[in-house]
Amino acid sequence: MLKRPAFHIDIDICTGCKTCMVACMDKNDLPVNILFRRVTEYTGGEWVTNPDGTCEQDVFAYYVSISCNHCENPICIRSCPTTAMHKDENGIVSVDYDKCVGCRYCEWSCPYRAPQYDPELGKMTKCDFCRDYLLEGKPPACVAACPNRALHFGEYDELVARYGKTDIIAPLPDTSITRPNLLIRPHRKARPAGSKDGRVGNPEEL
Amino acid sequence: MKKKSKRTPSAGKSGRRSFMKWSSALGGATALCGTGVFYGLKAAERRKPEADDIIWTSCNVNCSSRCALRAHVKDGVITRIETDNAGDDAYGGHQIRACLRGRSMRHLVYAPDRLKYPMKRVGKRGEGKFERITWHEAINEIAARLRKAIREHGNESVYINYATGQVGSTLSKSWPPSGTVIARLMNCLGGFLDQYGTYSSAMIREAMMRTYGDGGIGSNGVNDMAYSKLAVFFGWNPGETAAGGSAFMHDLLTARAKSGLRIIIIDPCFTDTAVSVADEWIPIRPGTDAALCSALAYEIVTNNLADEDFMHRFTVGYDEAGMPRGVPGGNSYKSYILGHGRDRTPKTPKWAAEICGIPEHRITRLAHEIGTAKPCCIAQGWGPQRQANGEQSCRSIAAIACLTGNVGIHGGGTGALPDCSHMPFVRFPTLSNPVKASIPMFLWTDAIVRGPEMTAKRDGIRGADQLKSPIKFLWNYAGNCIVNQHSDCNKTQAILQDETRCETIVVMDNFMTSSARYADILLPCVSNLEEADLVCHDNTAAQQYAIFAGKVVDPMWECRSVYDICSDIAKRMGVWEQYSEGRTRDEWIHYLYAQARIILPDLPPTVEEAFGMGIYRRPAQGEPFVPFESFRKDPEKNPLKTPSGKIEIFSRYMWECGREWELAAGDRIPGVPEFLDTWEGARDPLRAEFPIQLIGHHSKQRTHSTYGNVDWLKRVAAHELWLNTEDAEARGIRHGDRAKVFNGRGEVEVRVKVTPRIMPGVATLPEGAWYTPDPDGTDHGGCINVLTSQRPSPFAKGNPQHTNLVQVVKV
Repeated sequence: MLKRPAFHIDIDICTGCKTCMVACMDKNDLPVNILFRRVTEYTGGEWVTNPDGTCEQDVFAYYVSISCNHCENPICIRSCPTTAMHKDENGIVSVDYDKCVGCRYCEWSCPYRAPQYDPELGKMTKCDFCRDYLLEGKPPACVAACPNRALHFGEYDELVARYGKTDIIAPLPDTSITRPNLLIRPHRKARPAGSKDGRVGNPEEL
Repeated sequence: MKKKSKRTPSAGKSGRRSFMKWSSALGGATALCGTGVFYGLKAAERRKPEADDIIWTSCNVNCSSRCALRAHVKDGVITRIETDNAGDDAYGGHQIRACLRGRSMRHLVYAPDRLKYPMKRVGKRGEGKFERITWHEAINEIAARLRKAIREHGNESVYINYATGQVGSTLSKSWPPSGTVIARLMNCLGGFLDQYGTYSSAMIREAMMRTYGDGGIGSNGVNDMAYSKLAVFFGWNPGETAAGGSAFMHDLLTARAKSGLRIIIIDPCFTDTAVSVADEWIPIRPGTDAALCSALAYEIVTNNLADEDFMHRFTVGYDEAGMPRGVPGGNSYKSYILGHGRDRTPKTPKWAAEICGIPEHRITRLAHEIGTAKPCCIAQGWGPQRQANGEQSCRSIAAIACLTGNVGIHGGGTGALPDCSHMPFVRFPTLSNPVKASIPMFLWTDAIVRGPEMTAKRDGIRGADQLKSPIKFLWNYAGNCIVNQHSDCNKTQAILQDETRCETIVVMDNFMTSSARYADILLPCVSNLEEADLVCHDNTAAQQYAIFAGKVVDPMWECRSVYDICSDIAKRMGVWEQYSEGRTRDEWIHYLYAQARIILPDLPPTVEEAFGMGIYRRPAQGEPFVPFESFRKDPEKNPLKTPSGKIEIFSRYMWECGREWELAAGDRIPGVPEFLDTWEGARDPLRAEFPIQLIGHHSKQRTHSTYGNVDWLKRVAAHELWLNTEDAEARGIRHGDRAKVFNGRGEVEVRVKVTPRIMPGVATLPEGAWYTPDPDGTDHGGCINVLTSQRPSPFAKGNPQHTNLVQVVKV
């Protein structure tokens, strides 16, 4: 079992197909109003129309698939008034259902919107890194699903050794807030974190 | 956890107990959908699902992938859908991973709008009013109507509509219509009116047939791009169309990682494929690919970058010396390109720039890039061909592949769709059709209205000079082309609402689609997870396979297999012996498996073992597939199947059709690939009134209209009109606003995605959304075919569903 579980996303080859999202929804039997994983489209660029009617542009777009990053400094845990939100022995940020009162402070504090309120349960739910699959020696549902092999998981240090450590890119939040266990290979047209070059292109899908 | 299924395809038990189980599961789904309680379990409890069994099955939709699924079943209910997880996923024998659509299969099978019982129309046709009848009544009614149609109008009046909801299976497949169990039934009864062409590829098939002598030909295998220096794609968006991991996208990404090739994508949209593989996107106005290619040819020829040796040895019609005898001067490709032909216009980059919207300097540079990259893969998707001048676009793209000598070599290509190898596999035998006439699949509504007026030279009728009868009886199984996927929904509906024309429509499907609403008799079919079948792979470059898809759960409600439905009709009409050869459906599975073992001797000895194994794989062996490799090595010994045996840049057949066929005003069929301005094209004066060129790309949310009713998919991949930021600003439309999209044919109301990822002056409304009209006829489902035209392309008589002019206004 992992001690510091982390995700690696190859953003350069991600087609934004969202198979990871649907595999997660099926595995966790989620209703449409709860998403444990989201694929954000980041896009921008300008168009110029020439006098002859031809067009020139510098349009770019890429997708960022994000679930809970099981952060090293999880702000959701710090903001939980009942200690329901905790890191388990495998480094997975988890909800203790006996303690959770569904106050949603964790949801508001998390820059990745990872904790999700389940109105039917009256409690918070979230990505548990497919703990049951890990115990069986299987990869998380999202990783096993990726048709383009763009999602990977593993022990943080091993992923760093294999893929290297890269700075975070737009539109991801500053890593200093929570120290996410998230590694990425940036897209070839990636904008640096905090860039105003682009915008989120699919707010309705998040 | 992983268990091999012990079930045989015939082992399903349908008792009262299992009926109650799935019935309550579905009740839960319907009542509690919004709360996520699908099986009456609370969320926390849902975290540890159990499975009595895990059964291999497949996703059989028409995307050109073919993906494996592993269905977890608990107490007769599907609890989870996984995909192929076998082996180490090493490329070549890699896992056949399903895309988001296949992974949502549980919500498709258990969708609340499943058809449950046989029904008979009680209101006006299309009104959607039905009453439940028994299977006995349904079979009797169909048999009586079929007898009447054949007696009064002949077998040519019976038509099996184009339908691709089930294309991977062997026994239950819906396409090609002539390969279905319905065709077998009809052939026992004297035959049916057949069809040719597809809504996917009508123009490119005819264009490649005339260019290379093979309508089905693709370009080099996707994995062959590992040898390319440069790849230039016209359209082609496998990242959405064929997103499964067995197919193109994984092959393409792997080839790109191996070779580091540069990829340029020419498309009106910055597609998801462009996001993940393109080094550069060149936006182009829809329907102008032939203008761009003509200018590329001009630059390549005038800068001595053309492979003249290739053109002289392997093609006809390149220059005046290479023209077939009897054709007047000035008709060669070079004459057209250099302006020595009848239009006296050199096809310079400046000439093309204004037509296709690409700056002159970029066209010039592209020509030099293509001309100097050795080898260069030129390929196209099927979007460029779905235009009023689609045949010309296809042929002009292929001409660039030829002109640069890239045909028949590794790293090159033919200019067609990147291809794959095909594993031979067993087909369901459908007997022979005594009716010889066939129609272009797109003209079935014309055949209802004016069948006997339709001729070979005006309407592309084949096998006969003229039709004898209009279509009077329409079969529609697992398809949504009656309304949703055929052009011009409003015109189609008016034709079908006149019950004196087409007298009977029988629809067999899983859901209440807009096509199902037009049924006279509406029959509920099982989904492919409720029956066993043998499923061969579709397009994949590096590995061949078959999926032995077991029966996952028992048929729900009164749903039945199409084989069994047709078997009952055969019985009622006295042809059961011939139809069934005495076999039940399960016995056919065993019989077909035995046939498959003759073709593939290393399949397991028994069908039970095959279903337990799930996937039979033939990992990649040897070099990637290169079409026309032997022709390239020795054209005299290995001629093409064209009349000349060579690549026909000039097609005498097309040239003669252009002179002899009765064409609609403004239509032309030239002998060499030319750019043709068309109705509702980039330069149609109608743009003064309807300024936006509307196309309909294939969205990840659906495969055509299949999966269009699945809540999960609608949530993660919204259905929206893509509109450029400038066009949106000019109309006061903001991201997420609803807009009205309209032209002379109809009106659609839909949410707008304001994005720089589409060219100004162009919009795309992804095809396949479910037509949902209000009482005034405005569609709120976002179905593009409210806006498309039934006017066919000149040569293939195909569907130009990306040739549309519209206006967009804020609601």
